Amino acid sequence: MTTTTLAKADVVIADDERPRKRRRRLAPGKRLPAARLAGPLLVLALWAVASAAEALDPAAIPAPWTVVETGAQLWTDGTLVTDILTSLQRATSGFAIGLTAGVVLALASGLTRTGEALIDGTVNLNRAIPTLGLIPLFILWLGIGETFKVAIIAIVVYIPIYLNTHAALSGIDNRFVELAEVQGLSRLRFIREIVIPGALPGFFVGLRLGVTGSWLGLVVLEQINATSGLGYMMFQATNYGQSDVILVGLVVYGVFGLVSDSTVRLIERRVLSWRRTLSS
Amino acid sequence: MAPHTEQLTRPAVRLRGLTRSFDGRVVLDGIDLDIPAGQFVALLGHSGSGKSTLLRAVAGLDHEVVGGGELIAPERVSVVFQDSRLLPWRRVLDNVLLGLDGEDAAGRGREALAEVGLAGRERAWPSELSGGEQQRAALARSLVREPELLLADEPFGALDALTRIKMHNLLRELWERHRPSVLLVTHDVDEAIVLADRVLVLEEGRIGVDLAIERDARARGEYRGRLLAALGVTEDVR
Ligand SMILES: Nc1ncnc2c1ncn2[C@@H]1O[C@H](COP(=O)(O)OP(=O)(O)OP(=O)(O)O)[C@@H](O)[C@H]1O
Ligand SMILES: [Mg+2]
Repeated sequence: MTTTTLAKADVVIADDERPRKRRRRLAPGKRLPAARLAGPLLVLALWAVASAAEALDPAAIPAPWTVVETGAQLWTDGTLVTDILTSLQRATSGFAIGLTAGVVLALASGLTRTGEALIDGTVNLNRAIPTLGLIPLFILWLGIGETFKVAIIAIVVYIPIYLNTHAALSGIDNRFVELAEVQGLSRLRFIREIVIPGALPGFFVGLRLGVTGSWLGLVVLEQINATSGLGYMMFQATNYGQSDVILVGLVVYGVFGLVSDSTVRLIERRVLSWRRTLSS
Repeated sequence: MAPHTEQLTRPAVRLRGLTRSFDGRVVLDGIDLDIPAGQFVALLGHSGSGKSTLLRAVAGLDHEVVGGGELIAPERVSVVFQDSRLLPWRRVLDNVLLGLDGEDAAGRGREALAEVGLAGRERAWPSELSGGEQQRAALARSLVREPELLLADEPFGALDALTRIKMHNLLRELWERHRPSVLLVTHDVDEAIVLADRVLVLEEGRIGVDLAIERDARARGEYRGRLLAALGVTEDVR
């Protein structure tokens, strides 16, 4: 390769006029604008083109515009709105309970030895049992209403939040512990000014897994026990062979997931603005 | 601040028979040492001779280390570490203010930053500072508490030679203004001679050499030779 084929920015003329190549950068370059949307948009475009060319069986995969029409119709007659609200209610209650439990337990076990002895082993035992396997037992205990669904979602959410927050709390850099001692911080201030900020990155990892988990739990619960909500709508549609309604349900689930994940990312970027990592 | 002479009557640091050992291996073997208030002491010694162990003992940071002896140190002690140890999630000023209370804490923090030449960088993140600037911020953090004793464990070890010289001047200047007692651990004989009034060499768990340094450039070469000899280094005749 000759130097003339190099991009201009890659050539730095040193004092002795010998062209010098910059080091290859190992971190990925600047983020493209709206990069996160590029992939989904491409899939959508392919789907639309394939439908227009009648390459897809409309009974199995209806065209995007059919899905939009069906969605609009379901929205105007009010059923979609009710179903969405029901599902959202379940997911958010379960998530809120799971988040609280995860954080409280992680703090109790990460900051006190007694808490660790009591909590950590128990949570890890709980983690060993696949949560969705608890469904039959929870139906027996709590009945087949909303309570058991919320409880299952809460369990799915609290485990990753607990694990990651606890790991971050107990992995706090010993150098900072020393610093706190030297600066004469009280235990409370040490926790507030060093332990908790230091554990936030780990907490956010858990939070994102928890958000994903809450939607996963929701979908599974609504599929196997559909009496209302989006899952019910989709379940009914299977019986009548309405693939467009099923797709509307999937799109709504997808929007839920995307919006919640982006929200968490946004909060994370704000809160952890001091971090300069590959993703900045 | 009380007059200098009055302070000299009572040592700031007093060690008698201080011992520390790790897994039965004795590292400090009965250290006796008095540091008068306001004295600048440098501590030399081979790698692994126990300099950091001694410093951490005086700082009260060696919770799980086996040992005994008498140790008296002042109430207000600050420590400067080899790494600047700034909290990455706090801005520079907030780092300086860590653990500091009082109404005008922020004002004092700003002053301390100005003293180390970091005025205007209060709102920067630690990762945005150069290595030397980070170490200066750490110095500001330890000075803002007006320590009676400043402990420093190779605080300039990670800096380049040029920044080091600037830091030497800065530290000496700050010491002259605030007059804390200083115990500076270093492995650099020249650094010890330039900065300190008194140089100690730690050998086999005890203070082997205790050398008073006159601020007189002519004697420097002699000090250097003596300290290097104590450390087992023979210089080539030039
Ligand atoms: N936490 C520890 N556990 C076990 N041994 C230790 C510990 N800390 C220090 N030591 C041992 O004590 C001895 C003195 O260590 P110390 O860190 O005080 O040396 P130093 O003089 O500061 O050396 P350097 O100049 O390399 O920093 C070393 O042999 C070291 O291995
Ligand atoms: Mg050391």
